[in-house]
Amino acid sequence: MMSAIDPVADVTGIGVWGVPLAVASGAVRIGTPFLFVSLGECLTEKSGRVNLGLEGTLVMGAMSAYAISYYSGSAWLGVLVAGLVGSVLGALHGWLCSLPRVNDVAIGIALISLGTGLAFFLGKPFIQPSATKLPAIDLGFWSSSPEVRSALQINALFVVGLLLAPAIAFLLARTRWGLVLRTVGESSDAARSMGYRVNTVRAIATTCGGFLAGVAGSFLSLFYPGSWNERLSSGQGLMAVALVIFAQWNPVRCLWAALLFGASSALGPALQSVGVSSGYQLFNAVPYVLTLGIMIATSSASRRLPGQPAELTVAR
Amino acid sequence: MSAAISTNGAPRDADSVPRVPIVPVKGPPRAPPQLAAEGIAKSFGSLVVLEDVSLTLPPGTFHALLGENGAGKSTLVKCIMGYQPADAGRILIDGAPVKIESTRAAQAHGIGMVYQHFTLVPNMTVAENLVMARADVPLVIDWNKEREGLRAFMAGMPFQIDPSRVVRSLAAGERQKLEILKQLYLGNRILILDEPTSVLTPSEADEVLGMLRAMAHAREISILMITHKFREVTSFADEVTVLRRGRVAGQGLVKDLTTADMASMMVGGEVPRASSSRAELELGDVRLSLHDIRAVDDRGIGVLDGISLQVKAGEIVGIAGVSGNGQDELLEVIAGQRELAGGEMRVNGVRYTATREETRTAKMRCLPEEPLRNACVSNMSVSENIGFRGYDRPPFTLWGWLVRRDALRRHAAECVSAFKIKTPSVDTAMARLSGGNVQRSVLARELQGEPRVLVVANPCFGLDFAAVAFIRTRLLEARNSGVAVLLISADLDEIFALSDRILVISGGRMVYETPIASAEVATIGKHMAGHG
Repeated sequence: MMSAIDPVADVTGIGVWGVPLAVASGAVRIGTPFLFVSLGECLTEKSGRVNLGLEGTLVMGAMSAYAISYYSGSAWLGVLVAGLVGSVLGALHGWLCSLPRVNDVAIGIALISLGTGLAFFLGKPFIQPSATKLPAIDLGFWSSSPEVRSALQINALFVVGLLLAPAIAFLLARTRWGLVLRTVGESSDAARSMGYRVNTVRAIATTCGGFLAGVAGSFLSLFYPGSWNERLSSGQGLMAVALVIFAQWNPVRCLWAALLFGASSALGPALQSVGVSSGYQLFNAVPYVLTLGIMIATSSASRRLPGQPAELTVAR
Repeated sequence: MSAAISTNGAPRDADSVPRVPIVPVKGPPRAPPQLAAEGIAKSFGSLVVLEDVSLTLPPGTFHALLGENGAGKSTLVKCIMGYQPADAGRILIDGAPVKIESTRAAQAHGIGMVYQHFTLVPNMTVAENLVMARADVPLVIDWNKEREGLRAFMAGMPFQIDPSRVVRSLAAGERQKLEILKQLYLGNRILILDEPTSVLTPSEADEVLGMLRAMAHAREISILMITHKFREVTSFADEVTVLRRGRVAGQGLVKDLTTADMASMMVGGEVPRASSSRAELELGDVRLSLHDIRAVDDRGIGVLDGISLQVKAGEIVGIAGVSGNGQDELLEVIAGQRELAGGEMRVNGVRYTATREETRTAKMRCLPEEPLRNACVSNMSVSENIGFRGYDRPPFTLWGWLVRRDALRRHAAECVSAFKIKTPSVDTAMARLSGGNVQRSVLARELQGEPRVLVVANPCFGLDFAAVAFIRTRLLEARNSGVAVLLISADLDEIFALSDRILVISGGRMVYETPIASAEVATIGKHMAGHG
């Protein structure tokens, strides 16, 4: 099932050099969904809300992308629909949190259950059939080694994410929308005094964030691992929250953080491919240990994180 | 869906008023329009907040709005600004009635407000804050051009602030100036100011108000200022309106009125005063001693930079200073809410780390500012809140662990009558009491059982004359009975009225000390501003 694009299957032929190569290509492959979810979460949190429901959005996006691609034969249509489904879930979160005395964290957790539950329910018929996958850009064309060629198959979505990170940074720093978003996230009082509608701005930000999380899900089901099943997500949606904190709410740093998480996830399979198979489970736990380590290292009982939007429920 | 997202993804305006491109003040000034409010009335449910209030603000005047807390000043201003609709009455601009339903609409008429609580975004730069406030922000902002425009604008202003600075790094006085600059930058000609000097040193306040008055008298702007400081009214305002219980209690030219006239208009009769005076006392032994106290704020930046002080039995030591110079953190350190980064506290000569046990044996008591937020559980009852100091030991417990609610309620009832706390019952939630009664309740709790040390911060902030007189009386009585009192206050008048000795805090250090006999406002103000 994962033969052509699996980061670990084919690199053994070039010996120990396969490890860094596999880690690098894994960083891109596994990091891409992280990148999209974290950009979505970054956008949402910049407006002063946390959407923990992106885990559910991710799974829902994966399922709907797979289903649409299967029926229509167009993987890109699947990506689009996954984004739209994500937007709907984001808008739902945004609307629910606009109601008085509603806690965004609680709503987020409810949406994890809703998103995954709904995806499993609706996705049952798509576990068996094979849908059209997203195409890869062949950056390894110059090499004669099949291992290198396979490792350098870069998905177009990664390129989109690569451009999206600085674009969002530009949006936040240089445009009216970005300034409104940051004002709302830093001080709802100030925003209100300027006549902006805080809840509307936050709902829009959460909707856009949901779109990106949906797209992240489509990458999971349509490229890597490239199938739809109930164990598809391994908590990327939740780890993205930690990743945004690690990236200090900076979209460009989200890119580096996502690649780092991707690389750490690829470490276990890469080492296994060169014969280091002892402690395989331990290596697979690296991303989770990394998450935990980052949270401990960056948190402090007495000080606030730099870049943290002041309106976040967790910051108040 | 489609309602939540507008077509271009941008948040739409909060109202239907067309966007008027507002040009920052440039060129020869035009006179501001005349603003008038006629017969404004406003009720919240059965509570009448405003009744038939009228006032006129002719071009180029400085008008003061006086009144006690709850007199309706803020409500009146909110009605003018379109924050909340008035039930009756109308607003006229240059004689023509206008509908103002949002702050943007008010801005379209050239009315801008400087709020008591800052509306600047601390984590953004001065330039971002100013540009953001404009109604006509371009979609993609050319920061070079904007910075150029801001520099030109600043050059024409009586005071300047570097546009590239982050607001967080500005001192309180600079932020207040920036709030005013923001309104001028937006092209607003009628400025409404809500207690604008509460965070300024006396000389900063004079500077800002003097500048505003000069601009008003040059007919560049008109000013409506909410205040409770008579000094500001008599030295800067041309006209005054006094509100009491939602009605106009007096109105006229400031030069025709004395401070006493205005005070009795505010309270509607005799002005209550603190009924206790400082008795001549032999100073006792040192009760509270801080040595080289250091602490960092929530961002990890040092805010207390080696504070040392001593308070003896039977004296009130007042700490004067502009808010935000480490007072909050000092109180938090003493109350055990903030970790020490260095130094040592001693109470009655014994090392003190503010555990519950130490607090009890040392009889150390604390009255923080905004007590509802900082010293109460607002959803718990008055009797529970009053019982916090002793609920976990006899006589309030049975067998050492069972809390006796009846004893707590009896004790609370005694406090309610002794401290004249107005509450429906001792079972009422603390949050439902007025500010003055919350303060009385907390004071009742903190003064029970013969305290030896009392630390208070801004105890009279936002209270009416009667509550202020009552609380000051109790503080003086405590001092006369030999309690060591440390008073932290942003109100210099309060410091002067109560203290035996005055310390000045600036930038997290004690920069000046003087006994009350030789204390001068000018000297203290200079040290508050950080240049002693």
